[in-house]
Parts: sequence; structure tokens; C-alpha cells
Amino acid sequence: MNFPILTWITFLPLLGMLIILLIPSGKDEKGQELSKTIIRWIAAGVTFIQLILALVIFFNYNKGLTGVNDPASFQFVEKISWINAELPMIGNIRIEYFLGLDGLSVPMVLLTAIISFLAIFPSFGINKAVKGYFAMYLLLDLGMMGVFLALDFFLFYIFWELMLLPMYFLIGIWGGPRKEYAAIKFFIYTLVGSVVMLLVMIGLYHSTGTFNIIEMMDQGRFLPDSIFGGSGTTLRYVAFMGLFIGFAIKVPVFPFHTWLPDAHVEAPTPISVILAGVLLKMGAYGMLRIAFPIFPDAFAYFQTLIAWIGMVSIVYGALCALGQHKVGKRDFKKLIAYSSVSHMGLVILGLASMRPEGVTGAIFQMFNHGIITAMLFMIVGVIYDRAHTRGLDDFGGLARKMPVYTGIMTIAFFAAIGLPGMSGFISEVLVFLGAFKAYPVLTVVSGLSIILGAGYMLWALQKIFFGQLPEKWQGPWDPTGKLYKTDDVNLREMVALIPLGILVIFLGVYPNPVLHLMTGSVNSFIELMKPVLN
Amino acid sequence: MMNELSNFSGELLQSLSLFWPETTLVITFLITLFADLLSRHKNRLAGYITLAGLIVTGLLLLSQQGVAQTTFSGLLTVDPFSFFMRVTILLSAILVVLFSFSSKELVEGPFRLGEYYMLITGLVFGMFLLSGASNLIFIYLSIEVMSISSYILSGYTKHSKRASEASMKYVIYGAVSSGIMVYGMTMMFGLTGTLNLNEIGMALQTKPVQTMPLLLANLMILVGFSYKISAVPFHYWTPDVYEGAPITVTALLSVASKAAGFAVILRYFHSALTNGGELWQVIGQIDWHFVISVLAVLTMTVGNLVALWQNNMKRMLAYSSIAHAGYLLMAVAVLNNTGMAAVLIYFFIYMLMNLGAFYIVQLVADKTGSEDMEDYVGLGYRSPLIGVALTLFLVSLTGLPPTAGFIGKLYVFTAVVKAGYVWLAIIGVLNSVVSLYYYVRVVRNMYLRDVESQGEKIVFSRPVLTLVLLLAIPTLILGLYFGPLADWASASMAFVTGH
Repeated sequence: MNFPILTWITFLPLLGMLIILLIPSGKDEKGQELSKTIIRWIAAGVTFIQLILALVIFFNYNKGLTGVNDPASFQFVEKISWINAELPMIGNIRIEYFLGLDGLSVPMVLLTAIISFLAIFPSFGINKAVKGYFAMYLLLDLGMMGVFLALDFFLFYIFWELMLLPMYFLIGIWGGPRKEYAAIKFFIYTLVGSVVMLLVMIGLYHSTGTFNIIEMMDQGRFLPDSIFGGSGTTLRYVAFMGLFIGFAIKVPVFPFHTWLPDAHVEAPTPISVILAGVLLKMGAYGMLRIAFPIFPDAFAYFQTLIAWIGMVSIVYGALCALGQHKVGKRDFKKLIAYSSVSHMGLVILGLASMRPEGVTGAIFQMFNHGIITAMLFMIVGVIYDRAHTRGLDDFGGLARKMPVYTGIMTIAFFAAIGLPGMSGFISEVLVFLGAFKAYPVLTVVSGLSIILGAGYMLWALQKIFFGQLPEKWQGPWDPTGKLYKTDDVNLREMVALIPLGILVIFLGVYPNPVLHLMTGSVNSFIELMKPVLN
Repeated sequence: MMNELSNFSGELLQSLSLFWPETTLVITFLITLFADLLSRHKNRLAGYITLAGLIVTGLLLLSQQGVAQTTFSGLLTVDPFSFFMRVTILLSAILVVLFSFSSKELVEGPFRLGEYYMLITGLVFGMFLLSGASNLIFIYLSIEVMSISSYILSGYTKHSKRASEASMKYVIYGAVSSGIMVYGMTMMFGLTGTLNLNEIGMALQTKPVQTMPLLLANLMILVGFSYKISAVPFHYWTPDVYEGAPITVTALLSVASKAAGFAVILRYFHSALTNGGELWQVIGQIDWHFVISVLAVLTMTVGNLVALWQNNMKRMLAYSSIAHAGYLLMAVAVLNNTGMAAVLIYFFIYMLMNLGAFYIVQLVADKTGSEDMEDYVGLGYRSPLIGVALTLFLVSLTGLPPTAGFIGKLYVFTAVVKAGYVWLAIIGVLNSVVSLYYYVRVVRNMYLRDVESQGEKIVFSRPVLTLVLLLAIPTLILGLYFGPLADWASASMAFVTGH
């Protein structure tokens, strides 16, 4: 393959960003409006091309090749020497620009492309500092894509950190009333995780003499007297925990999750969509790609603890979500944020099981959770744009006023609960199947979350759509008719929501297209981990 | 007798031929002095002469690439290490002179600038000597040359009470610490019978001395050095001087003066207290690794924690520079070539980003008349390019990729982890998380508050913006492609030693 498709899919947003920055803002009001419109459509165009490229990858991806720890079976590989500096005693610092795909990353790349494109539509509602917004949006897109494609730890780290600043601005400039607090909290939490990761990366480099993630998985490469040499040493355990916590903050799992509700509540709708849809997945992906396979002995040591952490996140997140009905501001967004903690806990539980079903389920759950939560946040955005409130108790009887909206929302809600026929069901079943073999008791306790999930979701559905429509919402949302011509969802919102809804149902009925992407890689991943597992 | 004399004169002549850069600085100093006396266009002329002199110095300096030998009977060493440091010092001096051309505080002030530029040349001269000094007396003299210039420079805007106070504090602290240092030096002389650093090293190896006096003497010497690099607890002068002095001077002190300080620390420890080999085996029983580590931890932690509370940009950057001295000390603490390479790389990068940040503070202060962080609200919208550039410098100071600051930190932590000081590395990275908070406060003010500010646009002239870009672009590029810098640093890792 001569066309460097992975470079294009990663750096296309940068190109878009540069073009956007060059567009003049316009002199008069009309010019400014025109400029804003052009910027929005450029962003949409760029992410659309990115989606097309992702589909090209999807259709050309060879499901027979496994990847993971076998450099020869990665696909679309691009590998160039990037930095090669000789230093006495440190030795040669060799960093490669090394991108490649296997079954662990393909679903994530697809997800990133889908979400990045669809979240552009809710972004059309952003009206202040439009140029800056889309520039940051595209930079964020670049970082996310890069993280899923990088196979060199140094490169991975750069992409990982590259997202921090745009995210800080996106929450901090275009967010809600407590945006400054939420933005800096996000920044500092993630940075704590990533500086620890930096130290482990340096340690790994000394121990193996490479930044290549695939080569680091080869335990034979570790020099016997280096800091991470040997097997089952304390330093290896500490390093594993450092990486794990760094990634866990991003997932986020209990007790590192407290930044998430704040970030979600304050972030504008499209950024919540991206945050829940893609960013959270990077944590779990990092565990899969880096922490577990490089330190399999440490994983075996902490396996039960990780399963416990998964279980606690699942139940705690669900309880917090349920609690949103009774305490605090009863914020719809906060409810979904906590449900994310619960659903991402399932991913952790699935990974901890280290069974083929469990790991497959976990990756599929990452994909599904991305799609479903993106939908949920867009749905909240729709109602918030109109009513300027997200209070669960502020609504009622919307079903009559917004029938289409109610229909879409019901799909999303049922998918989030894990109703059979929806994609969420398949991945949850797979996770539970795998986890039950490894940790029956923990799995049964985690199963409670299904009931809790049904509880908080259905309760929310009932509060918002059924019952009496409050007095103040009786009339049209927008009496002037300028912003909203109909009371129901408008075309722009539908364009974003419908494809997601279709995906949810399609993958619920026929999950194979995505599942088959990863089967081979998951098997070879488990093979890699097996020797140390009991 | 005759023979000795001709040997001596031969060596002197050869030494002088390697002294051209420094000689040029002295000549520049004198020309500036006369030009200032004789010309009517005093303020500008002096600046141009200084700039020209510094550039000529740079050209002469470049011819010394790769030279490694001792000169003036062991007083001064010309080696790749001092070459690297002198290039960094000279570059920052040239940049600061360029900054001075547009400084309102200086140009529109009521004083003659001839002396200002002369003193800058004098300061650079002192720093050049210190980078290569390999004799205790010579170290002391170089430090005094630097100090006297900087005392006057920091109080240069005499009418300002702040500046006078700063200068006064600087003098008092400086005098006390160099007094202690000289006392330590005399003790070293008493212990070893020599003033030459390499000979001290050899003497200590062949004839071990008692631990207690050795520790005491070196701690006293370290006080003098710590004062120059403003390491905690010898940093008290820094915030006041940095805040009170003209910004250009602050910028120069925060970079070049520190560079010279680190140069002498590294050379001293390497030549006098280790066996001088590749591995820097420490002589005697004292765990210097630990002593410097403690100094590093104190310095970065205090610097960062106090910086959190600052509302004045200059003061914030002053504490931030203390914190950076702490990061650099971490790399010094490992006392080996890896650490030394890290110091060099970090310094070059630190020069770019720190000067960049100071320059923007100067520019904004000239336009708005304020160094207060509150007056940065909406700046990102009122002057987009300056906003982006300052964000870049601050992000780089925090040490996040893809900026050069990250590469500097990467090398420092690599050196520390490699040497096995994991605890030190952990404290270091946690410190950089703390630093994020105060750097980002500025970014927050610029962008998060008063979004799409309708405040008056701040327009800067083209040369000014060019200069900003000249600092900003390398800060970004070195973050993504640092191979050449690392190569240069590793080529500069040779001290000339007499062992």
C-alpha cells in the first residue's frame, strides 16, 4: 500500500485546522456570518473525508491478520525513523514514526471517525469564537486518532498529551457556568496520570532500549539488570500500577472518576459527545495496548484487584446515576455521566477476566458505549438548546410535543439499558459471560447494575416524556420561529442522531462486522497473556 | 631560566589567541564607553555598538568549536562544555539587547542607555569567564564581575523605588553569600594546598582528607553557587530583584546568569570532587548526590508552591525560574555525563521559552502599563498572535508535548531514572503538575475570561512580532525534532581535566 492512509487520517484535521485559521473573520456582520458558515462546513468536510478514509480502512482490513505482538501482521503500517540521537551513556535515543492497525485499534479508529464527524452537527450551534472552536476541535480529533494508531510509545505519548490543551479550551471557553473549574480539574487529573506514564516510559526505554511498543511486549528484550528487568519484581508492579492509574483516570474508574461528572456537566454538547464517545476509550485502549501486554506478570498479580475495581465502578456509577433522581441538581447530563462510569466499569471487568468472550465483549462495549452515549448526550443537547435547562424534574409530557424525539430517545435509552436487539446487549452479555468464568461472585454483583440501569433510565424516560407537560413549555419552544421552526428535532439534529440509531440496532441484530474485526487479535492477545495467568 | 620564560610567553600567547571572544567583549565595552561620551545619538548608538560587538564575539566564539585545552596556566578552560554554555549565554544576551530596543521602560526613561548596554557587555564578560573558570580564585573573580554588573543593572531605573530596593537586597545577599563562598574556598585551599580545580581533585584522591572539613568547605562553596542559580534557601533575593529590575535585565538574569552558575557547579563537582572519569566517581565519603537532590527538591517545590500565589507576571516567572533551577539541579544531582547532557539540552530550551515569556510580559507591560495577571484577561482575543505565542511558551515551561519544554524534561527525567533515583523523578513530575496550575492561570485569563473580548485590539509592530516568532517557532520545532540539539549537547560533554 503506497498511499499513507494512516498519516492522512491522522493529520487531515491539522490541514483543516490550518485552512480554518487562514479564513478571514469578515468585516461586517454579514461577512462574519459567512465566515462562520464556511468554517463550519470545512470542519464538516474534513471530518467527513476522515470518515470515508476510516471506511476504506474498514473494507480493506484483513481480518485474518492478528497484530498485537507480531509486527509482521500489523496492517497499513507506516514506519520512518524520526529521531536518532546518540548520547553517551544513555545510548542511542531512537524514536520512530510508527503507525499501524490491528484488531484492537480498528474498532477505535472507526469509532473516532464516526463520532468526530457526527459531533460536528451539534457544534453548528456554537456561536462564539467559532474559528477557535473548530480549530481546537480538529486538533483534538488529531490527537485522538493518533493515540489509536501509534505503535511507538513516544509517539503515543505525544498524541496523548496533545489532546489536553484543546480539551481544556473546549470545556473552558465554550462550557457552562463552572467551566473554569471543570476545565482545570480535567487538565490536572489527566496530567497526573500522564506524568506517571512518562516515568514508566523512560524506565521501559532504559530496560529495553526501544520505544517500540510491540518490541516492549517481548519479555526477552528486557535487560536482566535493568530497572524493569526480570519478572514479578516490585518495580515492575509499581510501574504497572503507575500505567494502570494513568489510564484508569482517563477511563475513568472509581476512585479516579470525579473529574468526569464536572467535565460533562460543564462541557458543551458536542464536547460531551466526544468526551464520552472517544476520550474515555483511550484509557481502556491504553491498558490493552500497553499496560497489560508489557507487564503480563504484574497484570496477573493485580488481576483480581482490577476486577474488583471494575465491579465497584459498575455498581457505584449506577448508584450515583440513580441518585441523580433524588439529590443535587437532578441534572440529566450528570446522570448520563455516572452511567458512563458504570458502563466503562464493564469494560474493565471484561478485560480483567482475560477470557476471549470477556475481552471481545470489553472492546465491543467500548465501541457500543461510544455510540450510545454519544447519542444520549446529543439528545440532552437537543432539549437543553430549547429549554435551557437539563433538570430531570423540569419536564414531563414531552412525548406529545416531540414524538420523533421521543422515538429516538427511546432507542438510545433501551440500548443503554442493554435491551436485547440493541448493540449494548451483545457486548454486555459477552462481558458477563467471560467475567463469570473468571469471577463468578463479582459478576453476579455487577449484574445488579442492569437492574439499577433500567431503574435510572426508565425513571428518566418517564419523568421527561410522560405525565403532564408543564405550563411554561405549553407553547412553541421558539415563538419567533427563527431558531427552531418545529417543536420536534430539526434536520440538523436528525442527521447526527439517525445514523447512530441505525448503528445501534444494526449491530444489535448483526454484530459480526465489528466482532470479526477483533476476534483474531483478541485471541492472540490472550495467547500472549496466557503464560503468566493461573 | 630563559627557557621557562619563553615557555611561559609561548603559552600566554597561545592562551590569548583563545581569549578573543572575551577580548572582543572588553573592546565592545570600551567602544561603547567612548561612543557614549562623544556621540549625540547616545541611546541608540550604544545599543547598536553592543549588538555588533556581541555578534562579532559570536563569530569568534564559533571558531572555538571543538577546541579543548586549558589556558592561562589552568585559570581558564576552553572546552566543548564551556563552548555550549557560552553560545547559550551569548544568544540570550543578543536577544535581550534586541528586546531592549523596543522596551518603553528603557527607551522612554529619563536615563542614558550607554551605561546600560556597557553593563550588559560586562555581565556577559563575567559569565563567559565563569563558564570556563577552573581555579577557585578565578571563579570568585568571575562571580564578582558578574555580580557588580548585575547589581547596577537591577537598580538601573533609579527613580523606581522598587528597583532601588531590589538592587539593595541583591547587593546584601550577594555580599554575604560570596563572603561565605570565599571562606569555603580558603578552607579547600588549606585542605589541598592548591586552587586549581583539577589539582584539588588529584590531591583529594592521593591524600584523603577528613570528611567533616571537606563537607563544611564544600557546603560553603555551594552557598555561593546556589545564590547564583537562586536555589532554595538562597533564593530570597530573586523575586524582589526580578520584579524590581527592568524586564530586559530580569530576562537576562533568569537565563544567562543561571547558565553561568550551572556551568561552574558542574565543572566544580566534576573536576574537584570526582575522579574525573566518564562515571564521575565521587571522592571521599560524602554523598553529594543526596545533598544536591535535597537542594533540588527544596528548590523546585518551594518555587512551584509559592508561584501558585503570585498575581504579578514577573514575580510568577521569578518563582517559576526558581522551580526550573530545581529541575536542573535534579539533573546535576546524578553527577554523570547523562545529567550533564540533560542540563545542556534543558538550558538551551529554557533560554528560548523563558526569554519568550519575559519578552511578551515586556510587550504587554509597554502597551497596557501593567504586569498584573488580571490585565491579561481577554488578551488572547485582543492580540491573537501574542496570545498564542505566550500560551506556547507557558505550555513549554510546563513541559507538555509537543513543545521543546517537554524534551528538556524528558532528558532530565531520563538522566534521573537512569541513575536509579526514582523517588527524585516522582517528586519532579509531581512538581510539574503543580506548575501547570499557575501557568495555565495566565492562559485562562487570556482565553477563558471575556471570550471574544470587545476590548481595544493591541497592535504590535512587525519587528516585534518577528522577534516573538523567532523564539516561538524553535520552541515548537525543537519539541518535534530535537535530534540536532541532542547531538550538539552530546558532543559538548567533554571537560578538559588534568587527570
